[in-house]
Amino acid sequence: MKKTLFLLAAATALAGIAAPANAQGMDKVKACFIYVGPVGDFGWSYQHDQGRLYVEEKLGDKLETAYLESVPEGADSERALERFARSGCNIIFTTSFGYMDATNKVAKDFPDIKFEHATGYKREHPNVATYDSKFFQGRYVIGQIAAKMSKTGSAGYIASFPIPEVVQGINSFMLGAQSVNPEFKLKVVWVNTWFDPGKEADAAKVLLDGGVDILTQHTDSTAPMQVAAERGAYAFGQASEMIAFGPNTQLTSIIDEWGPYYMERITAVLEGTWEQQATWAGMAEGHVVMAPYTNMPDDVKAMAEETEAKITSGEFHPFTGPIKKQDGSEWLAEGQVAEDGELAGLNFYVAGIDDQLPQ
Amino acid sequence: MRIELQKRDGVSTLFAVLSPFVALGLTLIAGVILFVALGKDPVAALYSFFIEPLTEIWSLHELAIKAAPLILIAVGLSVCFRSNNWNIGAEGQFIIGAMAGSILPVVFHGWQSPLVLPLMIVFAMIGGAAYAAIPAFLKARLNTNEILTSLMLVYVAQLFLDWTVRGPWRNPEGFNFPETRNFHDYAVLPRIIETGKTHWGFGFALIAAIVLWFVMRRTLKGFEITVLGQSARAGRFAGFSDKKMVYFAFLLSGALAGLAGMAEVSGSIEQLRPVISPGYGFTAIIVAFLGRLNPLGIVAAGLVLALTYLGGEAAQISIGITDKVTRLFQGLLLFFVLGCDTLIHYRIRLVFGAAQKGSAA
Repeated sequence: MKKTLFLLAAATALAGIAAPANAQGMDKVKACFIYVGPVGDFGWSYQHDQGRLYVEEKLGDKLETAYLESVPEGADSERALERFARSGCNIIFTTSFGYMDATNKVAKDFPDIKFEHATGYKREHPNVATYDSKFFQGRYVIGQIAAKMSKTGSAGYIASFPIPEVVQGINSFMLGAQSVNPEFKLKVVWVNTWFDPGKEADAAKVLLDGGVDILTQHTDSTAPMQVAAERGAYAFGQASEMIAFGPNTQLTSIIDEWGPYYMERITAVLEGTWEQQATWAGMAEGHVVMAPYTNMPDDVKAMAEETEAKITSGEFHPFTGPIKKQDGSEWLAEGQVAEDGELAGLNFYVAGIDDQLPQ
Repeated sequence: MRIELQKRDGVSTLFAVLSPFVALGLTLIAGVILFVALGKDPVAALYSFFIEPLTEIWSLHELAIKAAPLILIAVGLSVCFRSNNWNIGAEGQFIIGAMAGSILPVVFHGWQSPLVLPLMIVFAMIGGAAYAAIPAFLKARLNTNEILTSLMLVYVAQLFLDWTVRGPWRNPEGFNFPETRNFHDYAVLPRIIETGKTHWGFGFALIAAIVLWFVMRRTLKGFEITVLGQSARAGRFAGFSDKKMVYFAFLLSGALAGLAGMAEVSGSIEQLRPVISPGYGFTAIIVAFLGRLNPLGIVAAGLVLALTYLGGEAAQISIGITDKVTRLFQGLLLFFVLGCDTLIHYRIRLVFGAAQKGSAA
């Protein structure tokens, strides 16, 4: 086993990836995860936990894991991180935006432990890396499907917080829908929570009562899917495969696959090659995966598959001009593609969205 | 057949003192049954729940930090409850106090001076007391049920904080995420000793507990509180005003809850967020009763409750049980405390046959 590790390390060195001078492999690594919701949310936290289990299965007894669920963002997360740091974790994944400051604070006191913060932007110490996925790529595909499948020409969007990641998703969904039906209408409800089945269900009901017949969400529970199933509407799953909660309702789902990333980073700790980085990967890297296209005619399915393939190959980018901002001014000229840096701070809607972005 | 509670003639002093310990013991037994049912080793589980957090210095500091708001709120509530005023809204007063205390570092963040922190403390106590004055006024003037009004004002406070943090107070450099800017150094509560994390919030809690213990035990005010609480009529004969007592009790508990809120945001979170309390104001009610409404008892009870939070995390990490068990434990503890207290003062009688007319159940 050690030999293979040595070979691997040698191979990476040969490949020109500069390993730190004091790179030291380990025989066994302890990876710890902190979740904002319960692992049983069947959405965001569940999916991160699936990633943990994936690596656990692959690495076997070279890996030990631990997790804390439903940790509130704030003072409690800092204590939870400190407990992890002191319980022998070598690498700690903090899987919610709100853990950003706590992650950096604790990382400062434990320079030998690697910290990986999901969806944040602060890397104040060399032992803090960040990672995120290009969920907006999947949003474009489901926007197209929604425009094809909706009888009323409108969809409802249950949104969490008006941060760039969520705004990207809404915009991308709308651009996808407009590519099929330029008159498409989108109603947005902000629930101001990542996980609250009651609130999410209420928002779903309000949207359906308001006349939309397709729901999509940027929150973590399966409640909107279940409401849509009761009302005979269509819905898209979020973060995880949710077909079990709406066998005749789910059109597809944007699945967050964290397993490969966790595998890569934990292996890097094992080999002593871990370095700070900011990862933003999507369909091409297998971090954003579409669930099977179900409950739709073959032509819609074919269109969705084609768009997915084009985004994966890099042939098409959802934010390709011409795109106008909500106020009518030009954002991207014909053929111009949005820069990653600009998307990372996105704080305005594209034209056609019937909502005021909370400012 | 029905069950009746009958008041006991004499109450055993021994059992009245032992009651919290009996309750704790019963909670532990229930815990063992619970862990066995979950297929976990009960000894390892209880060890990580109740002992592990006490074995390391850093963890003791965390214990003090977690216990501080519970103790501070609960000692205020104990005065309230003793005077027969039922302030259930400490959670709301905690939030409003935290917000009032944050005005300087958030709105006037350019003004950085050693005066900021003392003023934050004053603002927080005024804020919490003012918010508690609402149910006090409604009770004293309109005879409104203070349990309902104070409880409902909690939700108002939570939504007000939520709105403020998303709207006018949002950090302009925070990528639209709902949180205020971080407090500057002058607005952060200092540590009590340099080597550990415990901040002055815990100091405030201890001072408040000792002062109130002295007031309740040794002063006329303490006597007034107790007399009015036990019999408002008797208190009036003694020349005490029960209306004034309503204000006194609410303003005091509100001010302490507000101070706890400020200590939490200034000492631990260092900014305002949509949610700043995992229910401290409500847990403090358990703490107040577990501490027998005695300020010094409350210090011990606050530490025990804080231990269940920390132990819950330790147990999650070391033996992998869910965080729901923590809340179950706290619920069990309150259940057994109230159960023990009730059974010390009352006996259970099974009554067979038809109910007598006019008999109170």
